Amino acid sequence: MTATETRSVVIERQIPHPPEKIWRALTQPHLIAEWLMKNDFAPTVGHRFQLRGDWGHADCRVLEIQPDKTLSYTWDAMGLESVVTFTLAPSGTGTHLRVEQAGFRKDQAQAFAGAKYGWENFLGKLEQVVGREN
Amino acid sequence: MQHMADTLFKSLSDPTRRAIFESLTRDGEQTVWMLTDQSGISQPAVSKHLAVLKTAGLVRDRREGRQTHYSADPKGLKPLIDWTSQMSSFWQKKLDDLEDLLNRMDQ
Repeated sequence: MTATETRSVVIERQIPHPPEKIWRALTQPHLIAEWLMKNDFAPTVGHRFQLRGDWGHADCRVLEIQPDKTLSYTWDAMGLESVVTFTLAPSGTGTHLRVEQAGFRKDQAQAFAGAKYGWENFLGKLEQVVGREN
Repeated sequence: MQHMADTLFKSLSDPTRRAIFESLTRDGEQTVWMLTDQSGISQPAVSKHLAVLKTAGLVRDRREGRQTHYSADPKGLKPLIDWTSQMSSFWQKKLDDLEDLLNRMDQ
């Protein structure tokens, strides 16, 4: 592993609801607040918004909107820069939902861990040690 | 995985324990007495901190005669560093909440 490795997390789910309905839950602020976080989202490319959780907030910017198909926004929180993309495809009686969060770099993920718990330098040093041990 | 991370965070939330763990990481294996000398707290208190670190998988011990030698086990930190699995857990949980919401929403 290098210090600039890109990381990504992909979650895929078959959801027994139509894409249009899921799209509403992904793009209407009061609905987003119910499953994800409080926010001032607006479905406009370039719109800047925040997702606010107990742990702090993520600064976001809408990158792509294709109604009922694709929603993508940046997600910057405490040193972690990433892009979240939701992809919806009709399948059978419901929707195949794919969520990808990409762009984590090892050093940034670590900064995120550190900032969250106030141990940035501590974890930084320790990860070097872990790297040596493996 | 999440449980292990919680145990780790708790064990490292105490500055004295962090100092002990850092010392073992930096300087290698030490006895409880060597650690006590550096820490400025009592030997029983140091022993207690070591027990917590050991439970969290961060410290190993080795008996030699009447002395116990402690060393850091940095592999114990893996659950903290593995952000891919942390974020996977985050999204799994959020998508559960999304499905709950969808079940409550009108068509």
